[in-house]
Amino acid sequence: MNRSTYLSFEQVGMSFRRGARVTEVLRDVDLKIGEGEFVSIIGHSGCGKSTLLNIVGGLLKSTTGEVFLEGRVVDEPGPDRAIVFQNHSLLPWLTVYGNVRIAVDKVFRRTKSAAARHDWVMHKLELVQMAQHRDKRPHEISGGMKQRVGIARALAMQPKVLLMDEPFGALDALTRAHLQDSVMDIHARLGNTVMMITHDVDEAVLLSDRIVMMTNGPSATIGEVLTVGLPRPRRRLELATDVEYTRCRAAVIEFLYARHKMPARAA
Amino acid sequence: MPSAVKAVKPPVDSDAPPAPAAVLALPLKRPPLAERLALIISEAARRAVPPVVMLAVLIALWELLCSQAGSRLPPPSKVLADTWDFIVDPFYDNGGIDKGAFWHIANSLGRVAIGFALAAVAGIALGVLVGQSTWAMRGLDPIFQVLRTIPPLAWLPLSLAGFRDAQPSAIFVIFITSIWPVIINTSVGVRNIPQDYRNVAAVIRLSWYEFFWKITLPATVPYIFTGLRIGVGLSWLAIVAAEMLIGGVGIGFFIWDAWNSSRISDIIVALVYIGLVGFLLDRLIAALGHVISHGTSAS
Ligand SMILES: Nc1ncnc2c1ncn2[C@@H]1O[C@H](COP(=O)(O)OP(=O)(O)O)[C@@H](O)[C@H]1O
Ligand SMILES: [Mg+2]
Repeated sequence: MNRSTYLSFEQVGMSFRRGARVTEVLRDVDLKIGEGEFVSIIGHSGCGKSTLLNIVGGLLKSTTGEVFLEGRVVDEPGPDRAIVFQNHSLLPWLTVYGNVRIAVDKVFRRTKSAAARHDWVMHKLELVQMAQHRDKRPHEISGGMKQRVGIARALAMQPKVLLMDEPFGALDALTRAHLQDSVMDIHARLGNTVMMITHDVDEAVLLSDRIVMMTNGPSATIGEVLTVGLPRPRRRLELATDVEYTRCRAAVIEFLYARHKMPARAA
Repeated sequence: MPSAVKAVKPPVDSDAPPAPAAVLALPLKRPPLAERLALIISEAARRAVPPVVMLAVLIALWELLCSQAGSRLPPPSKVLADTWDFIVDPFYDNGGIDKGAFWHIANSLGRVAIGFALAAVAGIALGVLVGQSTWAMRGLDPIFQVLRTIPPLAWLPLSLAGFRDAQPSAIFVIFITSIWPVIINTSVGVRNIPQDYRNVAAVIRLSWYEFFWKITLPATVPYIFTGLRIGVGLSWLAIVAAEMLIGGVGIGFFIWDAWNSSRISDIIVALVYIGLVGFLLDRLIAALGHVISHGTSAS
């Protein structure tokens, strides 16, 4: 795997201004991600994880610093940084197929024929095991299935970086485990560069090459980066008793709950 | 303003694998045909019986109240007897305004169709424009809110002054009456396009033109149809009143004419027709909205 820098954050900071009040959410975020790497961002709710992801996605502009992808400054949204949103964000008037197709039609308008685009869409739907549900509308499928379609749509853009904002946060434990396995499988096959936000320690350890732990906001930044030294493919069952797995898990928990305990507040 | 979007309950997540078959397989027998038929009939009866019974009670009451000596309004039996010829032959045409019910209603519907179609097109276009900009929305909304409360007939003298002709005046009254709910609902719909959809569009880089056709319009359809439904109801209210004043063939003037010649029974039949047509118009727009929005619009 090529570990040279692919996506890099340099001194990224973000402040929101509301009237006269300015809140600094992120400060001095420095991070380098290699091509094909799977990196998780973990941190307490409200620390600025989504903000960071949206800056990479180009949906927000950082107030200081820059994000570079393959050496180029990221300053607008684009299909090379496809996002899987937490709330799936499928268009309810389109079918499962249509939701993926709209992205494919746009991204590959010039480079693929209509027939090739169709095959491309079907292939991505098969990858997430949703091909047989291609004609259903979002309100006819479960939350887990919607998220699968969201992943298919993002993959279909053939992004350089796949951005996932708590993709499984709204799912029950069993469904979540299924999707995690799917994502691992897809990552093994396609070798995407992935940046995933999560607040689930097990999910982070299971999926990631590295786990980026964020301090609490305001002015959150990267507290620690943990390299997960588990060989792939990883199997959930075998990991339960694995020494490295247990060590990583303990390290993240120690960071989140001992050293950077969530400040008490109404939640 | 009624919100168009029904809260869609998140479906129960059933993505998990089925639990091991600890449960015994249920016998998968369909109930016999007769049983299913009986079920369907009893369901239909449960829905149809209450309105039929209530209607019968109301008509009986009406009969009872109006058949006493000295009653000023005819009882239903007399209405039916007086108007039997008119009811059974809606297509006669003796020239002038002496025509069957069909022609009157068709004429009124024609005016409504033109005025309402213009209002729909202009209303949707203006609504989309206004909805694009917070500033335009803030500036125009109070004006629309005032204008929409002006009763349809209040516009009539003004439009007669402007057009100097009955037919376009009536159509203008329909237009100006039904356009406000269309504009207001459409612009609210455009305002309420979820940020999620905008994010998706941004990531795949839709142009403003593609955004309009692929996101704005479909996302706004339920709102638009709420506006159209209110609008069509208002225009049907307005046409009857406007026709009373401008004359000619039409169900509104038919009523006025019947009153002038003291044909009270005709008036009552015309009222029933107007109610039924208004109801059908409402259902029609609702059904259209339901189809176009793939069932996400309330019906
Ligand atoms: N558009 C915005 N304007 C003002 N404050 C914002 C905005 N977006 C996020 N914030 C604030 O930034 C902080 C981090 O938010 P977010 O990135 O969503 O956190 P996380 O995803 O880690 O839960 C929160 O305190 C939130 O209130
Ligand atoms: Mg978040």
